[in-house]
Amino acid sequence: MNLTIQEKTQSDTAITMVVSGEVDAYTAPQLREKLMPLTKQKQEVFLDLTTVEYMDSTGLGVLIGAYKSLRAQGGRLVLIGMSARLSRLLKITGLTEIIDIEDGA
Amino acid sequence: MRSQLFQQYQELITSYLNEKREDTLYAAQQMSKWMMEQKIPPEEMVSVHAEVLKEYLPDLPQEVGDSFNILLEMMIGYGIALRKHESLVHRQKELEYEIEVAVGMQQTLLPDHPPRMHGLDVGVISVPAHRMSGDYYNFVDHGYGSLGVALADIIGKGIPAALCMSMIKYAMDQLDHPTGGSTGVLERLNSVVERNVDVSMFITMVYGVYEREKHVFRYATAGHEPGFIFREKDNSFEDMRTRGLVLGVAKEITYEEFTVKLEPGDAVVLFSDGVTEARLEGEFLGRERFKDLVRAHMHLPVQEAVEAMYQNLYEKANYELKDDQTIMILRRSK
Repeated sequence: MNLTIQEKTQSDTAITMVVSGEVDAYTAPQLREKLMPLTKQKQEVFLDLTTVEYMDSTGLGVLIGAYKSLRAQGGRLVLIGMSARLSRLLKITGLTEIIDIEDGA
Repeated sequence: MRSQLFQQYQELITSYLNEKREDTLYAAQQMSKWMMEQKIPPEEMVSVHAEVLKEYLPDLPQEVGDSFNILLEMMIGYGIALRKHESLVHRQKELEYEIEVAVGMQQTLLPDHPPRMHGLDVGVISVPAHRMSGDYYNFVDHGYGSLGVALADIIGKGIPAALCMSMIKYAMDQLDHPTGGSTGVLERLNSVVERNVDVSMFITMVYGVYEREKHVFRYATAGHEPGFIFREKDNSFEDMRTRGLVLGVAKEITYEEFTVKLEPGDAVVLFSDGVTEARLEGEFLGRERFKDLVRAHMHLPVQEAVEAMYQNLYEKANYELKDDQTIMILRRSK
């Protein structure tokens, strides 16, 4: 299963990306390469995860990296549309307390 | 060397052209192996072939003889590829050796055997999916009949995770007299990890202290998959409560401590998420099926139980577990 990352909307300060497929040890580097430059260019990065079928802890590592990079510049990472499994993973790891989460659009 | 090669090859060609026997072809294969051992490049072979042929057939048309020059040039690239391959094989052997040494060193970061403590049976198993592990566990003597246990999962696998593990190990060793209980340990480790690891790396951990006199287990978790409490009296499980951010993401984090009391035969079951996320016939094992697996082994001494559980998982996963597996059980003696 592949990973696709597509831009949905963009303004000067914010961008929304749609992530689909599986985020695991093999595909996480692709996500990191797309995401990290954006965290330096934008104030707000929205990630729509509605169509993510699976994410393992390597994927979480990428989200944490993006969160830290944005926070270092006063920006924020917002996650949208997470599956029950993904919500549980974020809750267990305590990330729901620091990363902004919004309901699916 | 060249004359020896020439002579042997000449014998082969002459014998084959005269008799066309199968075993001459076999002898040619053997000779080809010998030539590779002697590092004779393919272009050299073409040149020998041309010379031998010209001697065997003095009337060889000029064009055929000359055509070998082209073939020889063609073979030079193959010769270079062969030498590159040999140097890569050599480099790979060196790397394998280095990894082997690292695997041995990593083993020394883990305790040799679970501690023996009156009134508490401890069993633990930790098996890496590949050569190096991202799971870590430790036992810490807190004195006064109290035993500290740590189980951590370093996100990421292989060598980076192993390097990170050594940092955790040494940071824990610095906590000579752990004060502040489980939350104090996690808070101090968090600040070490937060300062020292790559942004996309993080560590989940559970740290708990069993107090033998009071039969209580006080624990805190940093984003770690919650363990279970096994209740002997009705053969049931309770999920451990957890709350707390993974280590290494934010500074100044505080953790919350929870307390459970163990009755005789009750047990604390801790594990890494590689266990519940093991894929058995395409499906995740999950917490419920893992509870069944634990229940089925609680009649055994705990060390035997964790080993049998791992073996069972390994077989059901078709001998192909993709993540590191660690299971630790602390059971109050009956």
